[in-house]
Amino acid sequence: MVASLEFKDVNLTYQVDGRAPVNAVCGVSLSIGDGEFVAVVGPSGCGKSSLLKLALGLEMKTGGTIHIGGDEVEKPRRDVGVVFQSPVLLPWRTILQNVLLPADVLKLPKAEASRNAMDLLALAGLKGFEEAYPHELSGGMQQRAGIVRALVHDPRVLLMDEPFAALDALTRETMSIELQRIWMARRKTIVFVTHNISEAVLLADRIVVMSARPGRIISDLQNPEPRPRDIRFLSQPAASELSGKIRESLDRAYGIPARELVA
Amino acid sequence: MALQSKIEPSLSEGEIEAARPLRSARFVRRLRPVVEVLASVVVVMSVWEMVIRFFDVQPFIFPAPSAVLASLWSGLASGKYIFALGVTLSEILIGCTVGTVAGLLIAAMMVSSKLAHRVVYPWIVGVQTIPKVAIAPLMLVWFGFGIESKILIVALTSMFPVMVNTIAGLSSTDRDQVALLRALCGSRLQVLRYVQLPAALPYIFAGLNTAIVLAVIAAIVGEFVGSRAGIGFLILQANFALDLAAVFALLTLLGALGVTLSSCVRMVENRVCFWNRRN
Repeated sequence: MVASLEFKDVNLTYQVDGRAPVNAVCGVSLSIGDGEFVAVVGPSGCGKSSLLKLALGLEMKTGGTIHIGGDEVEKPRRDVGVVFQSPVLLPWRTILQNVLLPADVLKLPKAEASRNAMDLLALAGLKGFEEAYPHELSGGMQQRAGIVRALVHDPRVLLMDEPFAALDALTRETMSIELQRIWMARRKTIVFVTHNISEAVLLADRIVVMSARPGRIISDLQNPEPRPRDIRFLSQPAASELSGKIRESLDRAYGIPARELVA
Repeated sequence: MALQSKIEPSLSEGEIEAARPLRSARFVRRLRPVVEVLASVVVVMSVWEMVIRFFDVQPFIFPAPSAVLASLWSGLASGKYIFALGVTLSEILIGCTVGTVAGLLIAAMMVSSKLAHRVVYPWIVGVQTIPKVAIAPLMLVWFGFGIESKILIVALTSMFPVMVNTIAGLSSTDRDQVALLRALCGSRLQVLRYVQLPAALPYIFAGLNTAIVLAVIAAIVGEFVGSRAGIGFLILQANFALDLAAVFALLTLLGALGVTLSSCVRMVENRVCFWNRRN
């Protein structure tokens, strides 16, 4: 398999004046194949979000190399899409205009981008809301628009930083299923950062577990369960076994149950 | 009668009657505040008129509203007030435009350069703390009795609120929105265009609203200090002639001008910052 996103021995150390340096990311090596759906699980402050910022080119690594599609990442790239924890929609733009923001910024051909945007909006269940303004939509719908925006310029890699963390539990489940559906239709490489074990087990083909201080990878698990998986999958033995393994590796790393993690 | 119909349980006929005027009832409800204000004006003017007539107050001490209205009408009809209004309005509009553009540019400069902020800001605050009345004579010496000196005074006055609010607006940008633009390879100019400027608009309009009201004051101050035309010039002239009816008429005109300008700004703001109203 071709590696579409590759971290090699990546370090990120924050140096704040007059304080001891903080090892946010330490010796992380991770090779993610084309079209793979990878979840990065870990407690708050384990450097999983920093890992995404590095891949986005918003933060400069202090060691190692990061490649996307064979090119070294040194600054933000056109072939990466990002979804943040909050939808980050611009309130003065309609949903369609928000979704087309990457096309505007990257100066992509208008007609083609609009067509792609309309298709994606329909895929995300937002048909009929193109001319609505963000405040007229529910939180879940706003985040769906955020996902559509991340896909509109047809990126090679989609980076998601706890995209459903701000949503309520029920909306969260629906959104997970929606995301799986969108992924099955578009087959992007996805790196999905979360502190929610069930979410990772439900969505990902591969689950990378990180520990904090220093932020490093402590285990790398496969989820062979066929898709599409629905919510009921979470109550099956295969799912419990997988979440058990994730908990175990976290417990081993911390010595105590990782309380910050949601079941 | 009206009281009775409210207390009585409505008959089927009455219900039909009550349902019909629903639209007109809504119209009346909307019109009500306007009617109330107009009624209060009529009451105050009537009492004022009666007091002046009853105590036989001389017009050079306090004019009757009828005299003020007559003076306002003759001033407008002769074109004298219209011309003065045109002069003062041009001073305000040109001055405010110059001040706003300057305020926006200086704000943009200070937000983009910390050095500029450190060096320029104290100067601006220093100039701002000097009362404009004190600067006005200087402007007259440099730029003469014409419209130019007033434009400058208005510009100096209106620049400050626009600048301060623009700085606040440009610095208030959501960090995630900037991160999003940067992740999309957005240039600094694109961040400004797509995120910072729209986000700053409500702040800029708040500054503009203050600026336009201050601009009216500044224009009159400028005209008081030395001028050959304008509402302020006419007020001084009428004052010297002890024509208090004319002074009151001009003050009314000035009030109306201020209210109109301010509501114009607010109207444009509601159009441009439509998304801010609901949040």
